Amino acid sequence: MKARSKFLIGGLLVLGTSGILMASSTRETAQYFLTPTELAAKVVDNPKFVKVGVKVGAAVVNGTIERAQDGRSVKFSMTDTTTTYKVVYRGVIPDTFTEGVSVVVEGRLNDEGVFEATTLLAKCASRYENEPDRYPQSPSYPTGTKPAA
Amino acid sequence: MILVGELSLWVAILMAAWTTTVSWAGGYQRRSDLVFSGERAMYATFAFTTVASIGLWYAIFTHDFSLKFVSSYSSRNLPSVYLFSSFWAGQAGSMLFWTLILAGYGALAVFFNRHRLRAMMPWVTGTMGLVTLFFLLTTAFGANPFERLDWVPADGRGMNPQLQNPGMAIHPPMLYFGYVATAVPFAFAIGALITRQLDGEWLAAVRRWSLLSWFFLTIGIVLGMWWAYVELGWSGYWAWDAVENSSLLPWLSGTAFLHSIMIQEKRGMLKKWNVTLVVLTFLLSILGTFITRSGVIESVHAFARSNVGPWFLWFLIISTILTAVLVSTRLKDMEAKAELESMVSREAAFLYNNLVLVGIAFTTLWGTLFPILSEWVQGEKITVGPPFFNSVNTPLGLLLLALTGIGPLIAWRRASSANLKRQFLAPSIVGVLAVVVLLALGMRHFYALVFYGLAAFVATTITMEFVKGIGARRRMYQENLATAGVRLVVRNRRRYGGYVVHFGVVVMFAAFAGSYFKKDYAEVDLKTGDTFTATDPWGDTWTFTSEGMNSFETLNRRVTAISLVATYNGKPMGRMLAEKRQHFDSNKAETFEPSTEVAIMEMARQDVYVFFSGLRDADTAVLTFNFNPLVIWVWIGGFIMAFGGVIVMWPQAERRERGYVAELSPQHDGALVGAGV
Repeated sequence: MKARSKFLIGGLLVLGTSGILMASSTRETAQYFLTPTELAAKVVDNPKFVKVGVKVGAAVVNGTIERAQDGRSVKFSMTDTTTTYKVVYRGVIPDTFTEGVSVVVEGRLNDEGVFEATTLLAKCASRYENEPDRYPQSPSYPTGTKPAA
Repeated sequence: MILVGELSLWVAILMAAWTTTVSWAGGYQRRSDLVFSGERAMYATFAFTTVASIGLWYAIFTHDFSLKFVSSYSSRNLPSVYLFSSFWAGQAGSMLFWTLILAGYGALAVFFNRHRLRAMMPWVTGTMGLVTLFFLLTTAFGANPFERLDWVPADGRGMNPQLQNPGMAIHPPMLYFGYVATAVPFAFAIGALITRQLDGEWLAAVRRWSLLSWFFLTIGIVLGMWWAYVELGWSGYWAWDAVENSSLLPWLSGTAFLHSIMIQEKRGMLKKWNVTLVVLTFLLSILGTFITRSGVIESVHAFARSNVGPWFLWFLIISTILTAVLVSTRLKDMEAKAELESMVSREAAFLYNNLVLVGIAFTTLWGTLFPILSEWVQGEKITVGPPFFNSVNTPLGLLLLALTGIGPLIAWRRASSANLKRQFLAPSIVGVLAVVVLLALGMRHFYALVFYGLAAFVATTITMEFVKGIGARRRMYQENLATAGVRLVVRNRRRYGGYVVHFGVVVMFAAFAGSYFKKDYAEVDLKTGDTFTATDPWGDTWTFTSEGMNSFETLNRRVTAISLVATYNGKPMGRMLAEKRQHFDSNKAETFEPSTEVAIMEMARQDVYVFFSGLRDADTAVLTFNFNPLVIWVWIGGFIMAFGGVIVMWPQAERRERGYVAELSPQHDGALVGAGV
C-alpha cells in the first residue's frame, strides 16, 4: 500500500474518532439556550420540561436584586421584557453582576416557578454599556448639563 | 487636536482607498508610477491613522468628556496607566487601535519588501490597503470614538475595576498585535495567488509575519488566562468561553502553518494546504473579532450587541468567497513536487501535527458556533459546555504532545530503524518509567498518567538534542559548557528556538494535567481570630487564621481587606490579603459594583487561592478556599514558549544562509547540524 493511502487511513481514523467523540459529547452536554418567553412556552407545551436543565439569557430587572449579607447568594428577577422569572442563585457572584445587566443563568425551574440557578454569568456591564447618556441622573454627573430633550 | 484627529480619520479613509485602487491598477498595468504612489499612500494611511489615535489619546488625557467614548471609559481619578489603556477598553477605541496596528503593519510590510517580490508587491499593498479601508470605514461609521454627546458630563464613568489590572492593560494590545498580523500573510497569499508566484519566495516573508502573529497571540492568550485567573475569582484560567475560543482558533491554524511551511520549503509539498492555512488563519481572526464584537454568541467577555457585527459578517462572507474563487482558479499552479514516501517520516509526522491542530480548531469552532448552527437547523439555540471541548480536545491534545516529541527528530522521507532506535529508544524508556513511578506513587488518573508519560518522553527528546549538540561543539571547538550551549542556540535559532517552544508546551501540558487533582473548594465563615484547617491535594495540612478586617481609602477606591496568617505543615507562610474594593469617582460617588481581589499564594506545587465573598457580620468574613495544583507552571510554560518564539524570530543576518541550509540538510544528524556544519 502506498504511503499516501496509509496516511489517509490514519487520518480518517483520527478524524473518525474525534467525530464520534464530538457527536457523543455534543449529545451529553447539549443544553437549551432560551429566553424567558421561550422557556415559558416550553413549559406550557410540556409541563415536565421544568425538570430539564436549561440556560437562560435575560436582563436583570432594576431594583429586584436582594443580596445576602454574606455575599454568597442572591435573589433577583430576570426578564426579556415579555416574560419575567424570579431567580435564586447561590455561589460566587461575579463582580459584574448588577442592575440591568445581561445575565446567563444555568439551572432549572422549581415547583413554585422560581428559577434555581447553579451558575450565573454576567456581562461586563461597564465595558459595554456604561454609556453616559443612559445615566443622566447618575450621581457621577452632579454638574453635568443634559439639555432637555 | 481632537478635531485634527477626527479629520485625520476621514483622510485616512481616502488614503486607504487610494492605496488599494492605485496599487491594484499599477499591478495590473505594470506601471511603476502607480505602484510607487500606492506605496506612499500606504505610509500616509498609517500616518493619518496615527494622528487620529493621538487625537483620541489627547482627548482621554485632557478629560474631554464631551466625547462619548472618553466619558464612557475613563474618569478624572483614573491612574495614568489606565488612562492610556482606556483607549482600547471600549468598542470604538479598540476598533481605532486595531486599525492603527493594521495600518502600521501594512506600512512595515511595504517598507521591508518593496525592493523584493516586485511583481507581487502591488497586490500585497493593495490588499493591505483594502483591509485597512474596511477597518477604517467600520470605525468611522460603525463605532466612531469621536462621537460627541449632546451634553458634557462633569466626570466620566470610569474604567471597569476588573480592567484596572496590569495584565488587562497589555492583554488586548498583545492579542490585537497577533490577530492583526495575520492580515499580512493573507495579503501576501492574495498577491502570490494573483501573480501565480506560488513557489518558495513569498513564503520567507510570510513565515516571518506568521511567527510574529504567533508570538503575540501566544502572549495575549496566556495573559488572558492569567487575567481570568486573578480577576474573575472562580479559580480557573480557561472556560472554553466563546471569546477565549476565538483567540485560540487563529493560534491553532497559525501554528499548523508554521509547521507545514517547513514541508513546502524542504520537499515542495503541501502548497495548496499552506495557502489555505494562511487564508484560514486570517479569516479565523476576523471571525474571532466578529464573535467578540457582534454579541451573536453569549459570552462573559463579549461586547454588547452592536452595529459593527454586520460589517464583520459581510467582510467575512465576501472575503471567504473571493479567496475561495481565487484559490480554485490557481489549483494547477500548486501541484506538489514530491509525494509522501513513508508513514514513518518527518513529513508524515508533520501532516499528523497539522491534522490534529486543525482538528482541535474545528472542534473548538464547532462547539463555539453550535448555538448558531442549532438555531439555523432546529430553530432553537442549543449550547455545549466545557465537557464537550475537554472530551474531544484532550485526546487530540495528547496526540499533539506525542508528535511534539516525534516530529523534530524523525528523519525526512523515510526513517530507518536505526534512526528510530537512536532517537526514540531512550525517551520511550524514560516515558514508561515516569508512568511506572507515578503509578507507584499512587496516581491513578488515566489521562494524567498519559500526560506525564508523554511529557517525560518529549522532555527527554529535547534534552538529548541539546546534550548531543553541546557535546559536538565541545569536541569540535573545545568550548566550555556555557559557551557551547549559547552558541548552539544562537547559531541555529530556528531549530533550537523551536525546541525551547516545544519545551514550553511540555511544561504547559504538565500544568494543565494538574487540574485533574483539584479538590472541591471549601466555603468558610471566619471570625477574627478563628482558624480554618485544610488538607491540600498533596495531603499536606494548612491552617489559616483571620487577623481581622481593615478598611482604607486609596487612589480611586475604598478597600476592605481581610488578613490571613497561613501555616503549611506547621511552618509559617506569611500573610495573605484578600480584598473587596468599592470604586468611586472624583466626587466620591460610587461607581460600579464592589469588586474582589483574590489572595493568591503561588508555590511550585500549587496555588492557594482565597476569594473574599463578603461579610456575614462586621467581624466575620465569608471566604472560599481553593488549592490549584501546578497553576504557576502554566505561566512559566507560556513564558518559555514566548521566549522560544523570540529566539526563532531574532534576525540572524550574516549567518542566515548557512543556518538555513544546515537545518534543511536531508538526513540530518543532530550532532552535525548542532555544530553548525
